[in-house]
Amino acid sequence: MLRHAWVIARKDLLLEFRSRTAFVSATVFAALVLTVFEFGRDPTAVATSDLAPSILWVTFTFAGMLALNRAFQLELENQALDALLVAPISRTSLYWAKLVANCIFVGVVEAIALPLFVLFFDVPVGGILLPLIGVIALATVGFIAVGTLFSAMVSRTRFAELMLPVLLLPFLVPPLIGAVQVTAQLLAGRPLSEGEGWLRLLAAYDVAFLTLATLLFPTTVNE
Amino acid sequence: MTIAQRGRWVSLVALIFLAGVYVRALVFTPEERTQGLAQKIFYVHVPAAWSAMLAMGLVGLASILFLMMKDYRYDRFAAASAEVGTAFSLVMLTTGPIWAKPVWGTWWTWDARLTLTLFLFFLFVGYQLLRGAVNETSLRARYSAVLGICGLVLLPFIHLSVYLFRTLHPMPIVLKPSAPSLPPSMLITLLSSFAVFTLLYIGFVMQVYGAAAARDAAVGGGR
Repeated sequence: MLRHAWVIARKDLLLEFRSRTAFVSATVFAALVLTVFEFGRDPTAVATSDLAPSILWVTFTFAGMLALNRAFQLELENQALDALLVAPISRTSLYWAKLVANCIFVGVVEAIALPLFVLFFDVPVGGILLPLIGVIALATVGFIAVGTLFSAMVSRTRFAELMLPVLLLPFLVPPLIGAVQVTAQLLAGRPLSEGEGWLRLLAAYDVAFLTLATLLFPTTVNE
Repeated sequence: MTIAQRGRWVSLVALIFLAGVYVRALVFTPEERTQGLAQKIFYVHVPAAWSAMLAMGLVGLASILFLMMKDYRYDRFAAASAEVGTAFSLVMLTTGPIWAKPVWGTWWTWDARLTLTLFLFFLFVGYQLLRGAVNETSLRARYSAVLGICGLVLLPFIHLSVYLFRTLHPMPIVLKPSAPSLPPSMLITLLSSFAVFTLLYIGFVMQVYGAAAARDAAVGGGR
């Protein structure tokens, strides 16, 4: 099952990184959101350190949303999705394939946006880089888990690009709050253990929605 | 008599009782000492919130049943419940701020329960938007069932995460481990209001459900 998933994920990522359009747009988009934030605040009134965690996570959320929109859109051209569905692979593998591909895609965009964020807002992340990456991964997996499920559904609806954010944003609230809180604690120089409650919540969210999405995904693609 | 017609009668009876509850709340129930007249809105606000939560719970339950049995009656019920739930959550979201302004001194605050109900409303709206964006009956039923189930799982997470964040909302006064801390006269008014709102919910859902059933029967032979 995992082998099948990896084959499809690899195919998606190869397509993505060879054509580069979606990838470059998502990265440039993330960079632009960061700049918009710089001009959307009053630097004399609000200290960067107060706003930094929110800026980081709003940027990641928007960029992630953009990435999720294309996950199944890709398969609609030339009925590629139908071909995937007739292939002798389980629906579960297909979900995990899309999940892995989306996680890597968003992960790479985040990996580029994070240094830009540090550069633009002069946030010291030197000593906390590892725990910060851990929190980013924990929150990203949760929202990609739901997002992948929803993007499979909305790709075959009208107004798909608009429908995804409307359905998905409420689901991003718990991971977003948790991630912002832990990031703020880390940036303030407090130890990771202080955010243990939040980390548990993030982990519980990941487990709950990974399980739920794995169970529900087949019903969204079966004919 | 069709379901829709019976629903109309149930709603009518409920509305008459509702008038009775209003009279009892305004005339025969003592005024609360610190909050004064503003507290009277509880007799509408809390039962409306109850009906909205009930609606969401039943949307989730009907969604699970639909995916298990593939019986379109569950789908129709879930859709009707979501539509009625939207109305009740709007009542809750408008009466809440009217009470909060004189008592808390602010229309809105990002407290756990307020945020939860706001997202309950967003979920209801998203649910209906999704239904509107899918034409095919079977696809629409499966998609909305997936969203209904995910929504039900999401709400505890939102509540927990915002609860960890901060809370200001009055603590539960009826459903709590010790005896309810309301004086009997207020408690009776509140409980009868709960009953009336539940009856209203039933009446409204019957009407919406009946109308949808009639429409489906006219369009496609009873599915």
